[in-house]
Amino acid sequence: MSTTKRIYGIYADDDDLMHAVKMCNENGIKIHEVYTPFPVHGLDKALGLRKTRLSDAAFIYAVYGVLVGSLLTWYTMNHDWPMNIGGKPAFTWAENMPAFVVPMFELMVFCAAHMMSLTFLVRNKMYPMAPPQNPDPRTTDDKFLMEFVSEDVDTIKQILIDTGVEEITVKEA
Amino acid sequence: MSHYEAPIREPLIIGHKTYHDITVDIAKPIEERAGKLWWISFYAALVLFIYGFGCIAYTIGTGIGAWGLNRTNNWGWDITNFVWWVGIGHAGTLISAVLLLFRQRWRMSVNRSAEAMTIFAVVQAAIFPVIHMGRVWVGYWVFPIPNQYGSLWTNFNSPLLWDVFAISTYFSVSTVFWFMGLIPDFAMIRDRAKTPWTKKIYTLLSFGWGGQAKHWQRFEELTLVLAGLATPLVFSVHTTVSFDFATSVIKGWHSTIYPPYFVAGAIFSGFAMVQTLLLVARKVAHLEDYITLYHIEIMNIVIIVTGGMVTVAYACEYFIAWYSGSRYEDFVYLSPGAATGPYWWAFWALIICNLVIPALFWFKKIRTNIIATFIIALIINIGMWFERFDIIVINISRDYLPSSWTMFMPSVIDVGVFLGTIGFFSVLFLLYARTFPVIAQAELKSILKISGETYKAKEEDEHH
Repeated sequence: MSTTKRIYGIYADDDDLMHAVKMCNENGIKIHEVYTPFPVHGLDKALGLRKTRLSDAAFIYAVYGVLVGSLLTWYTMNHDWPMNIGGKPAFTWAENMPAFVVPMFELMVFCAAHMMSLTFLVRNKMYPMAPPQNPDPRTTDDKFLMEFVSEDVDTIKQILIDTGVEEITVKEA
Repeated sequence: MSHYEAPIREPLIIGHKTYHDITVDIAKPIEERAGKLWWISFYAALVLFIYGFGCIAYTIGTGIGAWGLNRTNNWGWDITNFVWWVGIGHAGTLISAVLLLFRQRWRMSVNRSAEAMTIFAVVQAAIFPVIHMGRVWVGYWVFPIPNQYGSLWTNFNSPLLWDVFAISTYFSVSTVFWFMGLIPDFAMIRDRAKTPWTKKIYTLLSFGWGGQAKHWQRFEELTLVLAGLATPLVFSVHTTVSFDFATSVIKGWHSTIYPPYFVAGAIFSGFAMVQTLLLVARKVAHLEDYITLYHIEIMNIVIIVTGGMVTVAYACEYFIAWYSGSRYEDFVYLSPGAATGPYWWAFWALIICNLVIPALFWFKKIRTNIIATFIIALIINIGMWFERFDIIVINISRDYLPSSWTMFMPSVIDVGVFLGTIGFFSVLFLLYARTFPVIAQAELKSILKISGETYKAKEEDEHH
């Protein structure tokens, strides 16, 4: 049997939680995960999480959307079947492009928004009917849960008690 | 951690709330059984919806000759209702996206319902152009898909096709934005659920959300970027709707002022609809502590601002119609000819409902009075409907040939379809109010310590 345990510390207040995170950092204790009912300001920085690259992905998706829009309008209006509509003939895509700005813009927003949301779900391993990822149902209500995976149960317990923890659970990892 | 906010700012959450109280208050309408008032409104809305559905079926079966359209007035109530509903939708995106970018915290109590209103309103709007096609079964021809006519493509030069792209993108992006924001709140309902069915349904909807720190970080980035995308989107949508008119060569429609003026008008009417819905919802669902008098007042101020823009636009249109000296311009919808002609009542309905009565909001006593707000909001809804009616019917009822001048009279079917969309909208909104968390509770909890009444009072004591 391994001596590694899974430790849950439940807090009732976000300020206490932030204090506990700082204490753990000072004592060099690795926090496995923190579950909160709402985005706690500054928590990601305190935990040393890197900036998410979701917005970079969104930019790429947006560029993709513009490309799709350009290709679609060029192929249908200038290449495959050029038409003279209302005395305004199709010459080159560059000359006709101002009329295509709206669909190109809409396709950009469409691709960026949908593909970014899909990326968000995939990266978080979220899908319909997925089992809840939080270990305690109270963390979507008003409790803040710190999760540790460690052998050093006593030190962690002491820090949690010192920072005003409400409840500690120790489980086999 | 500092949760300080200037004491001059009014608290956004009143009553002595804790995090748990917010959970309980928001989950209550979902967990409790519906009251008598809800069932009465639901059945009334359902009857209207079914009647409207019948009228739509009749239209499809008979053709759009069932409406009051004639050779001169080939657009009537159909496009009026389309523009009216799309316009109403705009306030939702404005509240959830633009105000998020401006970091307006009061948005958090109203954004969820406003976005729901957006989505349901766009559904109603989409019905009209589709049934206006007549042969709805070939409606898919509006999309650029390869076909059996030698790949004859859709016309990307046409504002009507731009509208197809704009409205469908607007609908799907708003829905995604709304749903992503709902996930943490669905998870809250899931974790409280007592019956196995409720648990199953909200597990399905909450996608396994757990609230890990990294997930919240991604969530905040996602909502920020979606807001950044939705902001130009909302402006583009009503701009494109205005292009349907402005790029034509019909007097009164061919006007460069249309895009900004339509967007302002859309927000004006949308906020009026938000007030109409939320004033009822806050009473029925007991959300007075979250949607406070301050929220109502600040939305009335938005109505004054956008109403002011609309007023300026009307004045420009009226002036240009007179100044042009053109005979044709003397019967555009805002002109001396319209004010005194056969549609004088529609002209004055517009002026009174959109300019005169909303000006009452300049008085603080009136904009902080709930009953007055409700009545004025309803009047604005009517006024904005008349604006679109005037733009369409007054402008084209007197065309370039006096021999074809004629009046427009809606048929029973026209009225039925319109009432049906009001019923459909109400059915959707009532169902939403019973099954969805109507306030973004996760976001609201993040400002409780900053803007909750108890915490603000405490902060103030410490600073004195």
